[in-house]
Amino acid sequence: METTWQRSSAALWDPAVLRPACWQAVLMLHPRRMLRNPVMLIAELGAVVTTLATVQATGAPDCGYYAGVSLWLWLTVWFANLSEAVAEARGAAQAAALRAARTDVMARRVTGEPALVSASTLLKGDRVRVESGEIIAADGTVVEGVASVDESAITGESAPVIREAGGDRSAVTGGTRVTSDWLVVEVTAARGESFLDRMIAMVEGAQRQKTPNEVALTLVLAGFTLAFLLVCVTLRPLAGWFGAGLAVPTLVALLVCLIPTTIGGLLAAIGIAGIARLSARNVIARSGRAVEAAGDVDVLLLDKTGTITLGNRQASEFIAAPGVTELELATAAQLSSLADETAEGRSIVVLAKERYGLRAPDLGPSGATFIEFSARTRMSGVDLAGRSIRKGALDAVEAELGELGGQLPDALREAVDRVARSGGTPLVVADGARALGVIHLKDIVKGGIRERFTELRRMGIKTVMITGDNPKTAAAIAAEAGVDDFLAEATPEAKLALIREYQAAGHLVAMTGDGTNDAPALAQADVAVAMISGTQAAKEAGNMVDLDSNPTKLIDVVSVGKQMLMTRGALTTFSIANDVAKYFAIIPAVFVAALPQLQALNIMRLATPQSAILSAVIFNALVIPALIPVALRGVAYRPVGAAELLRRNLLVFGLGGLAVPFIGIKAIDLLLVWAHLA
Amino acid sequence: MSMVVPGAVLILAVGLSWPLGWYLRWALDPPPGCAWRERWEQRLAPGDEETWPRYGLALLVFNAVMLGAVVVLLACQQWLPLNPDGKGPLTASLVFHTAVSFVTNTNLQHYSGEVMLSYLSQLALQWLQFVSAATGLAALTAIARALAGRQTVGCFRRDLLRATVLVLLPLALLLAAPLAWQGVPMTWQGAVEARTLEGVTQTIARGPVAAFVAIKQLGPNGGGFFGPNSCHPFENPTWLSNVLSCLAIVLLAMASTWMFGRITGRPRHATALFAVMLAFMLAKVGVATATEAPPTRALAGLNATVGPNLEGKELRFGAAAGPTWAAVTTATSNGSVNCMHDSLNPLTGLVPLTGMWLNMVFGGVGVGMINLVVYIVTAAFLAGMMVGRTPEYLGRKVETREMQLAIGVLLLHPALILLPAALFCATPLGRATVANPGSHGLTEIVYEFTSAAANNGSGFEGLGDNTLPWNVATGLVMLLARYLPILLPLAMAGSLGQKRLVAETAGTFRTDTLTFGLLLAATILIIGALLFLPVAVLGPVAEHLAR
Amino acid sequence: MASELGRSLRLAVCTILIGAVAYPLTVQAIAQAVAPEQAAGSLLRREDGSVIGSRLLAQPFRSPRYLWPRPSAVDYNAAAAVGSNLSPAGDKLRAAAAERAGALRLGAGRAVPAELLTASGSGLDPDLTLEGALAQVERIAAARQRPAAAVAALVRHRSRRIPGEARRLVNVLEANLALDALP
Repeated sequence: METTWQRSSAALWDPAVLRPACWQAVLMLHPRRMLRNPVMLIAELGAVVTTLATVQATGAPDCGYYAGVSLWLWLTVWFANLSEAVAEARGAAQAAALRAARTDVMARRVTGEPALVSASTLLKGDRVRVESGEIIAADGTVVEGVASVDESAITGESAPVIREAGGDRSAVTGGTRVTSDWLVVEVTAARGESFLDRMIAMVEGAQRQKTPNEVALTLVLAGFTLAFLLVCVTLRPLAGWFGAGLAVPTLVALLVCLIPTTIGGLLAAIGIAGIARLSARNVIARSGRAVEAAGDVDVLLLDKTGTITLGNRQASEFIAAPGVTELELATAAQLSSLADETAEGRSIVVLAKERYGLRAPDLGPSGATFIEFSARTRMSGVDLAGRSIRKGALDAVEAELGELGGQLPDALREAVDRVARSGGTPLVVADGARALGVIHLKDIVKGGIRERFTELRRMGIKTVMITGDNPKTAAAIAAEAGVDDFLAEATPEAKLALIREYQAAGHLVAMTGDGTNDAPALAQADVAVAMISGTQAAKEAGNMVDLDSNPTKLIDVVSVGKQMLMTRGALTTFSIANDVAKYFAIIPAVFVAALPQLQALNIMRLATPQSAILSAVIFNALVIPALIPVALRGVAYRPVGAAELLRRNLLVFGLGGLAVPFIGIKAIDLLLVWAHLA
Repeated sequence: MSMVVPGAVLILAVGLSWPLGWYLRWALDPPPGCAWRERWEQRLAPGDEETWPRYGLALLVFNAVMLGAVVVLLACQQWLPLNPDGKGPLTASLVFHTAVSFVTNTNLQHYSGEVMLSYLSQLALQWLQFVSAATGLAALTAIARALAGRQTVGCFRRDLLRATVLVLLPLALLLAAPLAWQGVPMTWQGAVEARTLEGVTQTIARGPVAAFVAIKQLGPNGGGFFGPNSCHPFENPTWLSNVLSCLAIVLLAMASTWMFGRITGRPRHATALFAVMLAFMLAKVGVATATEAPPTRALAGLNATVGPNLEGKELRFGAAAGPTWAAVTTATSNGSVNCMHDSLNPLTGLVPLTGMWLNMVFGGVGVGMINLVVYIVTAAFLAGMMVGRTPEYLGRKVETREMQLAIGVLLLHPALILLPAALFCATPLGRATVANPGSHGLTEIVYEFTSAAANNGSGFEGLGDNTLPWNVATGLVMLLARYLPILLPLAMAGSLGQKRLVAETAGTFRTDTLTFGLLLAATILIIGALLFLPVAVLGPVAEHLAR
Repeated sequence: MASELGRSLRLAVCTILIGAVAYPLTVQAIAQAVAPEQAAGSLLRREDGSVIGSRLLAQPFRSPRYLWPRPSAVDYNAAAAVGSNLSPAGDKLRAAAAERAGALRLGAGRAVPAELLTASGSGLDPDLTLEGALAQVERIAAARQRPAAAVAALVRHRSRRIPGEARRLVNVLEANLALDALP
């Protein structure tokens, strides 16, 4: 994902993107198209006026200067269009890549013509067979088989559940994984091919609508434009007071330099690029509005499993039964798990090795028989040299022990209780009729997640862990992960209520979800990222879809949203701060003939009035392409508090905006003089 | 230049504004529960708490009544009593202009009080000085209530009554007494004939001046009883009266900032705003005293003593008093003068102009703070984006509608100044009326419209401005510049106040920090000043640079 | 709407009674109690009761026997006062100041106090700085045939300080009255 991103920014000036964009930018000069952007419309009108003035002045001494101004005004507008065209082209490229790279879930269809087909082609009523380890392709009903299904991605509940044909345990959810046995599922809700395409089309900018904030900003920029129009229009009669004539191209040059063309020209590109940046992270936003809202989010609801903890639990402790050494227990546990390829099984082997130095013996030729976990027995283990080692849930093992005439010691029963209370999962290990002890399986908090939450806290974002665990377990994990709050024994209703509660307190809430029963909560949340592996209902309810089904992405989504707004704010500030230097370039130049004393204001010591004006116009034009990379990549964002962000951005774009044009205009002026162009 | 006068004025003003702000809150937005007060208020100004549109309507209707009443009184002054000196009729355009000028709290004067107005007319204007100031205070109170998220913003007439009776009346009495003691006349007798020691006759105009001057300063109205305003020894007889008057100019405007903070429940925010405005104020006073220190340029080569520019100034106030007052009176919307602004050094003239272009350095009573709110919303809009959040102000999201209204107000101000100034510069309407050629004449025209648009009322008085075009043009500018910047922000506050309160987190930029203060100052400078830079350059700066 | 208007009219009457009737009458009562002489305009009268002028207002003095006040753009018209409103950098003021400097006839080499070349804001500034007054002492002494030192002492004696200023001020009318009262 990170590499995708880097690849796409490296290709910023990719000729394949640039060449069509150049032409597209010319086509976009059409006034109807320009209407959407009042700032650049005025700039274009200015270019038309100066061009006419140039034609009229053909042969006059000022003709060359007029032509120069006209040319650069046209370039100003064209650069602005180019930024949008490039952003669109990159968005389109990104969308194409998404389509191609999209790894769809494959399904083994057993109805009609049996075949391995893409999940997206499944129709309602189709039956598919799902084997152990595979993902169920769509929501459906089990018609055959019994299997344990890991629904943690949806429910947050880490323990697998049993799904079987008939009864109330027959419904399965798309995106969940069969962990043992197999099922035949009849599809009840088909994945819509059109859905994803519709989302991808969004990225291509085809249906781009201005976001609320963009509308407000456009309005503010139009206001600035109008204000400077006022300044320039009244300047002519005011100058007439001194009998100073003001050439129209000069006046237009002043106007175009003063109106916020920099941000006006880049505004559209910033919006398109924001959505594209999300899709570079394999998240598709349904609307720019959602991206914008992501910047405002201050409460994140995060599912425990997969986001905060690793999806699978790990063995953390061996608790031996009375009269059994821990070494003995560990050895037995390791043996029983040697063939267990689940993460949990492997973690038992590893723990035994780390704690007791037990090397896993090679049991290949010794005639060991591994018993795989099955939904019926709910135990796994090994038969080896007359021993029959089993591990499993308390009730399953207890039943087995009872059958063999053994008994579970009370001390072990207490240990099981204790493990369960602390948030872990107890696995009882038995050797034949003898109970050896308990393996404590524990949720493992992801590495680095605690730091991530600290960052978020600094950004002013509160994290809330959602889990199906009991409150005690949840509290233990919440404390370990460093989340601000948690919701234990979460039901969809509780989740929805929590969102509403936060919203009523003035928060904006983001969440991820993929189950059908998440849909109401997703719909209620301000930013809702649905997993592509989730159900149709969830995806319809969310306003973004994560193609990687990685709930941690929520944090990225927030960053991208903030970055988009920040880029707009920073470039607006830059654009307006630029005006100060432009004034100092143009105003003395305009009036120095009538009021020679104003030469004192020419603090940049620009060569001639014409070179001064031309330099300002050229600077004003060139700053647009110079800032296209910033617009497309977004301004650098570090997760810090608002106060520091504001300080830094003001320093860089405010003070920078004041200083840069002084340098730039002077440099261009020197160049013009050197080239004898002015 | 001795900084005793500016120091005394500003230190006293800042110190007194704090308790006065507390009092303003009590007077204008009292907590419910005081039975006798509520009974009296209901009796004198009956009505219910209203939503902002109704409040705005009530404001307009009452101001229309004010305008109508005073137009009638002024137009008929020659037939009405209290006219001991037999003042004659006024022209229709002057009646219109004068009535509008005082209704809008501008007090731009195209007449000379002691020459043209009867005492009854002066009293009518004095009434307007009360109620127009009270209108501004009421409007700010309503806007603060709306921003605080209240469903109703109050009852306009009740607020106006409170502002008049509980705020302006006691303060005016407190100020009038020392002014009278210092020598400001308070008599209903007409002018007196004096025979000088050399036997020449001098007619001394006088009247009920003390009452008029006190409310004129507090208002901050600024319309003088006499033509030269507070230059006139009868309006401003001593050093002490000058300091007290200057203090009165800023006091209520400063205090309304604190009141705003209290009603909205954001005292820290108010402190930040106060600091920003105070910084602008100090800068203005500092620049003005510095630029006024060089001697009058016209005296060069005359072997005159070297000292600050004295043209148009009175000696008894001290050298720094003139520029200080010029800065203060245009920071607020007062517009009274204790020296002739037309005769300020060219660069000093830029200080009052800048004050009125920005129109928010404490500003008019109430309305200054309202203008600042518009700037704040704009700054908050930029700041919000720069920290990556939808902009918000006082916990409420600033969106298209609010920005529409804010930008409308911000655009209106330059439009009302630049468009008519350009018209008058380009045509004989203005060209024929200026007293000074070149840049200075341009400044006179620009100043007049700036003063009208800022509802200030000070003037570069060299302008022959009692003409039909000037009276009508500035009259219209004053009307538009008064009511739109009250009603649009009221609508904006109303719209903001109805929004869901957004929780404040570390991701919210705070509006009570130094960073925000700097951003606000920059926004004000860029919007307020950049638009006027060309006129500033053509007028005062060009005159200053010319040698 | 009608009720709005009615209530507004009622409020207008109420505030007129407060702001234009009760308020000025109260101020007048206070002024009469505290400073009746100032309330009438700080008038200075002869023994016969005729008014000489106001202590607060400048008057025209052209005789060399008297202190001349600062220039007035309206010739000390106390019924229509105003400043010059001339640009301090302009030619009109330059010409006016040159004329005033000539009229003062202070003698070559003596710096003219700037306040005697510039018009006051009201045209009625009653004061001069002590320097401005002392610059005129020789002329007055000559006209009155008195020792210059005596006139200077009188002027000095009548000068007053204002806070924060190094320069002292002299009230022209009071000083002229004192000059006439010199034995």
